[in-house]
Amino acid sequence: MINQVEALGRLGIDVIRKYGKAGILLYGAIFRVPNFRKGFALVVQQIFAEGVLSLLIIMVSALFIGMVVALQGYHTLSKFGASQQLGPLVALSVARELGPVVTALLFAGRAGSALAAEIGLMKATDQLSSMEMMAVDPLQRVIAPRFWGGFISMPLLTIIFNIVAIYGAYLVGVKWLGMDAGAFWSNMQSSVEFHADILNGIYKSVVFGVVVTWIALYQGYDAVPTSAGIANATTRTVVYSSLAVLGLDFVLTAMMIGEW
Amino acid sequence: MKNLIEINKLTFKRNNRAIFNNVDLFIPKGKVTAIMGPSGTGKTTLLRLIGGQLAPANGSIKVAGQEVPTLSRNGLYNLRKRMGMLFQTGGLFTHLSVFENVAFPLREHTQLSNAMIRSLVLMKLEMVGLRGARDLMPSELSGGMARRVALARAIALDPELIMYDEPFSGQDPISMGVLVKLIRSLNDALGLTTVIVSHDVQETLSIADYVYVISDGGVIGEGDGGAITQGQSPQLQQFLHGLPDGPVPFHYPANTLKNDLLAEGDA
Repeated sequence: MINQVEALGRLGIDVIRKYGKAGILLYGAIFRVPNFRKGFALVVQQIFAEGVLSLLIIMVSALFIGMVVALQGYHTLSKFGASQQLGPLVALSVARELGPVVTALLFAGRAGSALAAEIGLMKATDQLSSMEMMAVDPLQRVIAPRFWGGFISMPLLTIIFNIVAIYGAYLVGVKWLGMDAGAFWSNMQSSVEFHADILNGIYKSVVFGVVVTWIALYQGYDAVPTSAGIANATTRTVVYSSLAVLGLDFVLTAMMIGEW
Repeated sequence: MKNLIEINKLTFKRNNRAIFNNVDLFIPKGKVTAIMGPSGTGKTTLLRLIGGQLAPANGSIKVAGQEVPTLSRNGLYNLRKRMGMLFQTGGLFTHLSVFENVAFPLREHTQLSNAMIRSLVLMKLEMVGLRGARDLMPSELSGGMARRVALARAIALDPELIMYDEPFSGQDPISMGVLVKLIRSLNDALGLTTVIVSHDVQETLSIADYVYVISDGGVIGEGDGGAITQGQSPQLQQFLHGLPDGPVPFHYPANTLKNDLLAEGDA
């Protein structure tokens, strides 16, 4: 019994210690930014690595998701004689939920896992230690630019996802199923509010950007410096990020529609 | 100042196991000092303690008169600008070319022009014989070449102190000979203080001015190469002559073989 209590206590201390370390890492990433001359170039490099290189998977996924939502939506709306409402259905689904959430999940799989593996490998091959011994702070030189790269990339990727998904819906609804293009766009325009729908979706993506990048950076930085340790870090990055995104999406949605 | 590094009554523990227990160790300025000992005795840990990457449980570690464990982050980073360290794996940045690896500390800590950085990098690479490899990526280098590039990077800021962690391990005889010669000649030409951590006895003794042998949390022998080879301690003799059994046992502590073989179902 005493042993079980002791094990429980040790587990609790370990969990709190991990949260503490993750908090210190986030603090370092936010506040220990490099000076503008060096930092700007490093952040741009990371926007390329995390954002631009994720574009293909984001755009292809967005296109197919938009097309599927349009196809499903059209057939369901037709039953009620409301097929002209396809534009609003797609735009609201994408801007409020699918855009930020799917982008964040894809970002976690594509960029998050790459970040965790890269930093874990840098640790395992003494690159971070040698940086420290050269009097260069890894939090400032490695972690901070990657954090800001993710923070900036995620909302931009979400906007691109939204545009491509709506275009996919347009292709299916208008070009394939023969809906009137004017009705598609004008109904969408009259139903979608800039602040309540578009901006709230972007706010969500900013939160997801912080959380997914933070989880990936912490998992890489705290990885056991072995091949198994790095494999675990990348797996945990994807699992924890996905769960955090889905959980936070509910919380943020509840806050945004005023039910909380 | 006679000693660049002064370690007094150092105690360091890992998982309640004492790696160092009241150790005194002094590294004289301008000399090559070797720290030797069997694997797992804390040689690399000692370098990390000197570099401030680890904090001791007790005792004092002074580098250039500064007490390392009590330094602020800025103080520690300023001190590290006066140190170079060569890691066992080299620690080269895999996304940067050989040239950019050596230029890294110069770009981070100086405001020199690109032309000046180019000249300095080429001079450092010339010292280690790899000026011609400046455009290669770390993945294209052999193990010995990678360590020489890491060495060029470690001396890029002209440090006072350079620390080598197992520089000879896994090297072919030619690479080993090159590294031995480089370590000695760089120490003498640049007026460095050198600390080598190694368990390669012959190579290390051939260039070291002073040797410490550590084992079981303490120093089991010290002196110049001659004094070390003539030391009478059984642990020292086992280490120097590579005897498979002795004070450092061949077998990891375990139950008797009979008990283990007859035990049921317990892997």
